[in-house]
Amino acid sequence: MAKKNKGTKTFQGRAITPGECTAEAVVSHGGFNTLASMQMMSIQTKTKCVDQNNPDLYKKILQGKALCLPQTIGSTTGGMFLYCAVKQGKNPACLLFSKEIDSLAAAGAVLSEVWAPESPMPVVDNLGDEFLEYVQDGDTITVHPDGSVDVAR
Amino acid sequence: MEITMKLTPEQEAILNGSKGEAMAKVMRTLVEYGQIYGATKMVPVTGECGHLVLSFGLMFLGPVFDLYQQLIDEGCLPQQKLTCDPLPYDKNVPQDAVSKVVAKVIYSKQGSYNKQLKKLGMKNPGKDSYTCASYMTEVGNTPKEGDVLSWAESSAVVYANSVLGARCNRNSGIIELFGSIAGFVPYFGFLTDEGRKADWVIELKTTKMPDAQLLGSAVGMKVMEEVPYVKGLDKYLGTELDESATTYLKDFGAATASNGAVGLYHIENLTPEAKKQGTSLIKPNAKTYVITDEVLQEVKDNYPVIWKDPTAKPELCFLGCPHMSLQQMKDWTHTLEEGLKKEGRKQVSIPTVFTASTPVIEEFNKTPESKKLKKMGVVVSYICPLMYMDNPLCQTKPVITSSNKLRTYTTARFYSNDEIAEMLTKEVD
Repeated sequence: MAKKNKGTKTFQGRAITPGECTAEAVVSHGGFNTLASMQMMSIQTKTKCVDQNNPDLYKKILQGKALCLPQTIGSTTGGMFLYCAVKQGKNPACLLFSKEIDSLAAAGAVLSEVWAPESPMPVVDNLGDEFLEYVQDGDTITVHPDGSVDVAR
Repeated sequence: MEITMKLTPEQEAILNGSKGEAMAKVMRTLVEYGQIYGATKMVPVTGECGHLVLSFGLMFLGPVFDLYQQLIDEGCLPQQKLTCDPLPYDKNVPQDAVSKVVAKVIYSKQGSYNKQLKKLGMKNPGKDSYTCASYMTEVGNTPKEGDVLSWAESSAVVYANSVLGARCNRNSGIIELFGSIAGFVPYFGFLTDEGRKADWVIELKTTKMPDAQLLGSAVGMKVMEEVPYVKGLDKYLGTELDESATTYLKDFGAATASNGAVGLYHIENLTPEAKKQGTSLIKPNAKTYVITDEVLQEVKDNYPVIWKDPTAKPELCFLGCPHMSLQQMKDWTHTLEEGLKKEGRKQVSIPTVFTASTPVIEEFNKTPESKKLKKMGVVVSYICPLMYMDNPLCQTKPVITSSNKLRTYTTARFYSNDEIAEMLTKEVD
C-alpha cells in the first residue's frame, strides 16, 4: 500500500537485508539480467549496464544508484556477481524489487549480508507493481530498515 | 536473524559454530536463503554429484576465490564430487595474438582456481569435468528422477528438472557449493510438488517444428521465472526422450533460462512429470500463451544487433552453447557436408567452432564424421563461447551463433540453425 505526502510517495515492502540509504533511482521495467548487465564492471570505472536487451538501463550507471526492478533473470552466476560487486564497492546502493525476490538475487543479498557485513546493501522486495509503475529514473529514493521506501521527485 | 526453520540438533550446532566459523557462515547463508522462501526445513542432497557454474578464473571474482580458499583452509569440503562449467580458453579456437594476451589477463586467476577446484573434488580427471552439459551420459553426472540436487548453471538446472525429473532450485553460484558442502539444502520451490506446477500453458500452433533456441527465447521472455506446460511440441518431438528430443530440449531449455529465468518446464506427453501427471500439473488459474510462426518471427526481429557495422561480414561462428551432444555434432556434420556439396565447395565459408565436453569430443573423434568435419575446416573445442566473447577485443568482432544464450550475454548475433547452415555453406559476399 502506497502513502503519499507532499511530493513523496511511500511504498511498503519486505526487508530482505534491512538497512538505510538514500540514492537516485534507475528503473528497469523488465527483468534485470545480472550477468548480461554487470559482466564488464571489472574494466569500468563505474559499473554501467551493458545488457543490449534492456532498453531501460543499457549504458546507464548502476553503481551507487537505487536499482528498481521486478526481478533478476538469466545466468546463475547472478548472485555471485552481486556478491563480488558488493565486496568491491561496485554495487548499486540498494535493490528494490516490485515482486518477490528471485533466487539468484536472494543469494546475492544473503551472501553479501553474511560474508560482507562491512558493506551493507539494503534489499527490499514485494514493493508491488504500483511501485515500478510510479518510480522514475532520477527520483530520490530513501530506504528504511523496516522495508518502507520513500520515492521523492 | 530469527530462525524460523526447523533445524536438526546437528544443524543447529553447526550454525552455532561446532564445525568452525566458515561452516557456521555456510549454514547461516543456507538458512537465511531458505527462509526468504518460507522453507521450513533442510532436506538431504541425494544426487551423486554437484555441478558448479563458476569455471573461470575471472580476475574480478577475487572475493569468490578468497571465500573458497577460506572454506578449503577450514576443511569445509563438498560431500560429493563435482562437475563444473566449461573452461574460458582453448588455444585451438581462432584468436589473434593480442586477444590471447588479453584473455590471459582477464582470466589470470584460472591456474589458482583450477587448483582450488581440484581440492574441492572434481568428478573426472583432466578437463573431463568441465562442461555446462554435465548431465550427458559421456560425462556421467546424470541425476536420477526425484534426486535432490545442489546445482547451479541455468541450462543444466532447467534440464535436470525438466528432462530428468530431478529436483533443484535455480541456485546461484556459491550457494550450490554450500549445498554440496553441507549435504543438505533448504526445502522450497522446485523441491516441492506444489512448486513444480505450471503457471502457464503454451499452445504451440506453428506450421513446422520451431527452432529450439527461438521457441525457448519466446517462452522465457513471456513466462520469466514461472513454469510453462507446453502443448503441441510432442507432435514434432514424439513421445520418447530419445537423443533428438533431449538435444532439442537442451537448447530449448537453455534459451528459456537465459532469455527469461525458467528453471522447470513440462512438455506434454514427453517429459517425465507431464507423462505421469498430465494436465493435472497445470494450476487452475494458469495463463495461456499461443505461439505461432508470426510470434516467433516477431521475437526474432526484435533482437537488437549491436555490431558496430550491422552489415559486417561474420568473422566467426560458434555452435554449441550449451555444449553439443554427440548426435548434434554428427547431424551438423551431415548438414554442412550436404550444403557444401550442393554449393560445390569443400570448406565452410566462415571460421566455425563446435563446442562440446571433452568426453563427447572423444566419442565424436571415433566416428567417421570427425574427419569429415575437420576437412570442412571446423574447429572442435571444449571452450565456453560465452567466456571467449567476454574478452573486450572479441566483443568487437562480428560473431554469429545459433545460441540464444550466447546472443543474450554477448555481442554475438543470432541466426536460426537453418540460416547458419546456409551462411556456412554458401560463398560469403
